[in-house]
Amino acid sequence: MGLYRAWLHWYPASFRAEYGEEMCAVFARRQRDAEGPPARLALCVETFFETLVNAAAVHADILRQDLRYVARTLRASPGFTLTAILILALGIGANTAAFSIADHVLVRALPFRDPDRLVKLWERVPSYNRLELSPPNFRDWKGKSTVFESMTAIRGLAATMVGVGDPQLLTGASATADLFATLGVQPEIGRPFSAADDQENAPATVLISHHLWQTEFAADPAVLGRTIRLDDVPSTIIGVMPPGFLFPSRDAEIWTPMRFSVHDFEDRTNYFLQAIARLKPEVSLETARAEMRLVAARLEQAYPKENKDTGATVIGLRDELSENTRLLLLGLCGAALCVLLIACTNLGNLLLARAIARRKELAVRAALGAGSERLVRQLLTESLVLSLLGGALGVLLAFSLIPLLVRLVPNGLPIAERPSIDLRVLGFAAFLSGLTGVAFGLLPAWWVCRRADLSSLREGARTGDRKERLRSLLAVAEIAATVVLLVSSGLLVRALWKLQASDPGFRSAGVLTLRTVLPMPKFQTLASRLAIYERILPAVRALPGVSGAAYISFIPMRMTGGIWPVGVNGRLPRPASPDNASLRFVTPEFFSTLRIPVRQGRDVRESDSLQQPFAAVVSESFARRYWPNQDPLGRHFQVAFHDRTVIGVVGDIRVRGLERQSEPQVYLPYRQQPDQELPWYSPKDLVVRTAASPASLVPTIRRLVAQADPAQPVSDVATMEDIIGEQTEARSVQALTLSAFAALAFLLAAIGLHGVLSFAVSQRAREIGVRRALGARSGDILGMVLRHGAVLAGAGVIPGLVLAYLAARTMQTLLAGIEPGDARTFLSAAALSLAMTLAGSLLPALRALRVDPITVIRAE
Amino acid sequence: MTDARDPQPASFLPLPSATFHILMAVAHEDRHGYAIMQDVAARTGGELKLSAGTLYRSIQRMLEQGLLLETSDRPDPELDDERRRYYRITPLGEAVARAEARRLTQLVKLARARGLAPGRA
Repeated sequence: MGLYRAWLHWYPASFRAEYGEEMCAVFARRQRDAEGPPARLALCVETFFETLVNAAAVHADILRQDLRYVARTLRASPGFTLTAILILALGIGANTAAFSIADHVLVRALPFRDPDRLVKLWERVPSYNRLELSPPNFRDWKGKSTVFESMTAIRGLAATMVGVGDPQLLTGASATADLFATLGVQPEIGRPFSAADDQENAPATVLISHHLWQTEFAADPAVLGRTIRLDDVPSTIIGVMPPGFLFPSRDAEIWTPMRFSVHDFEDRTNYFLQAIARLKPEVSLETARAEMRLVAARLEQAYPKENKDTGATVIGLRDELSENTRLLLLGLCGAALCVLLIACTNLGNLLLARAIARRKELAVRAALGAGSERLVRQLLTESLVLSLLGGALGVLLAFSLIPLLVRLVPNGLPIAERPSIDLRVLGFAAFLSGLTGVAFGLLPAWWVCRRADLSSLREGARTGDRKERLRSLLAVAEIAATVVLLVSSGLLVRALWKLQASDPGFRSAGVLTLRTVLPMPKFQTLASRLAIYERILPAVRALPGVSGAAYISFIPMRMTGGIWPVGVNGRLPRPASPDNASLRFVTPEFFSTLRIPVRQGRDVRESDSLQQPFAAVVSESFARRYWPNQDPLGRHFQVAFHDRTVIGVVGDIRVRGLERQSEPQVYLPYRQQPDQELPWYSPKDLVVRTAASPASLVPTIRRLVAQADPAQPVSDVATMEDIIGEQTEARSVQALTLSAFAALAFLLAAIGLHGVLSFAVSQRAREIGVRRALGARSGDILGMVLRHGAVLAGAGVIPGLVLAYLAARTMQTLLAGIEPGDARTFLSAAALSLAMTLAGSLLPALRALRVDPITVIRAE
Repeated sequence: MTDARDPQPASFLPLPSATFHILMAVAHEDRHGYAIMQDVAARTGGELKLSAGTLYRSIQRMLEQGLLLETSDRPDPELDDERRRYYRITPLGEAVARAEARRLTQLVKLARARGLAPGRA
């Protein structure tokens, strides 16, 4: 019998209260009638299923009734219904979009087998936490460690493909044979690399991406075995990777085997390998870190000079993500959550107002025997119906928002650019809708539950102060959340402006850049490169409108590496020492083309050739650092295998981008680059300053390049302004989104405040009428309502400002030096909140002024 | 909630069989839940055994629809337990039961005409 009573709890409480005892009595009779244990057991089993089915049916009956009722009441007030659905759609839509991006970038498993076991390895030296590995250190790490199932070395690859369509530059990676085993990915067709492909003299092989296979080879399976020329090396296609394989980055199209030569193992300070490893199943990241510390320490003992202070950094593959990206996304989610919170409170307020307006109807129904459980259930059904409708609309909204937000997806992760709206995202939206419905439905329901008694039936019953306080509290919460959003978006916009206004060290307007790839080994010699430069540069400089053109190894901000140790004042260059500089070869006119000021000495000249002493132009920070308060001209220092004399000093530029500290710069004359030496640094990037629109020059320059060398691909066409724009692109998107959220919050909070004050005015109409009858002036009445508004605003703004400061502290790294307590932003936010209070109070105040004392008092 | 403005008996048809049986069980005397179950089982020769859940779920709906009402009369106070509730058929309930019976008779006639049921066509 006890069991049966427990089962009865599956029924709704109202049903149980009504029929529970009866049903127990029936069950007792049947139990008595059943003779023998088998009959009793059968009764038990039968009753169990019967209760299950009927309880569900009773719930469904009630749901049907409630839905009918809700449909009727919602249809009766279309204005309320539409407002509520729209507010919810905005809140849920913003969150669904933010979630899908954040989930895509931060949470969702990378598209590899057991991605949690994949780690990335870096060398760690005092000046860098993450330094690429040198081949000998990679070999020793791999050989001496026991915690990894496999370890693979990769390096970025860019190669010109000739023989299929136009020559084009493809990027990808070259990797040791175990890359695919480590990642746990197999080619779609064909085979992965084998150990034989790694051998120094093996025939060249290549795997191509699904995308390349489709666009250039018409998805023809016969592509296997076909030979393409990559940087003049005939390479056999051995396989095609599946569509989602975007490794190491989204634009990867080709993968070739990495071949080490004997020379590669000679220098322990030649850092160029990235290492990825798969942990053994039972090994934790901590264990791996501990072991790699030991391995690195043993190597330091064995090679005290080259491996001095060299440790190992082991991080999860996904944790590669920059802290800024993570913060940008989390900030977005936080802001979206704020919007939802405000939407919820606003709706809670609306529903509460409705419940209060309907209190008589509800009280009558309570008096007629509807238990409070039934009333609560009905109100919750109403809020859930609203939130699910709002959620459905919100998902549509998210669909249209996501394309705007994809700029927040970093290129460096092996994931697609656009998150897919799948069951997971839809599930999140549904969950959020349900939660929202319960959250904003619960308050009015709770209020009704406490109030659903006969007292509300009495004519003119004054509803107590309690719910007014509750509604005020909701409005205060809205205002606080709005202030947080206003301040956060304000700070981020200021940081954005500051960055956009920051001086990169050169003038970007009117500068076009592009890359002529100069494929190796064809352009390994200086003479072969000079032939190209001499045909292209004078022709470009002669174009109408062009005021300068030059070549450099790498465009600033596009390529941020290329850092070399320097030896100054008698110290020798030491690998990974903090005495380093970003090294570039340049042709004459580079500084004038980018308007980098020459402070002292001169630009490089055509006459700075291999026959002359090796020269260098250094940046001001370089000169200041090594020769403070001295004349740097004519001084000597060591970099990249040679002793160099300083011939000029130029202004610093932000090589690493607007937000990062850059190393001092050293520029070397392009004619002083001996054959075989630093081929990677050969000037390939062309910069052109033009008075005309930079884009209009592109076809002409392409033609000039083709005339100079028909097999020379042109790539990476961009204006310098685009390149600077990319620096702040993700921030712009985030600041824009946050500002939109803040504006939305502002509007919702004003509506919320308006609602509370209007209600207060209508509740106090009698008091206002009496006051006016007793001679209160309009100013007094106006002041009373505005004061009420101001008290609410004050109660919201102060905690809002405190919370905003805390939020700003957590995202300080995003603020680009703007103080988290920036007074101007905080004051503006406070002023805006004041304006919002005024806007929200205005109508209710005017309504209070229109209260006619005679009418009110007569109504009493 | 259900609309109680003079519902037409025809609007309840066809009746769920449990509802029809309950109406028949209380057609001539007020009965409590267990008695209804027993009556239904006896009249159908044990073929239809209403479970407690089905019974009370039907009763709840029938009360809301106005087919039944709860009565405070205790026809047999000595034999009975205080907490028992008795149900009485309402005039609407009777009308609905008659309408359902007519509908079923009509149906049987039609089946007979096609030779699908025993008896004269």
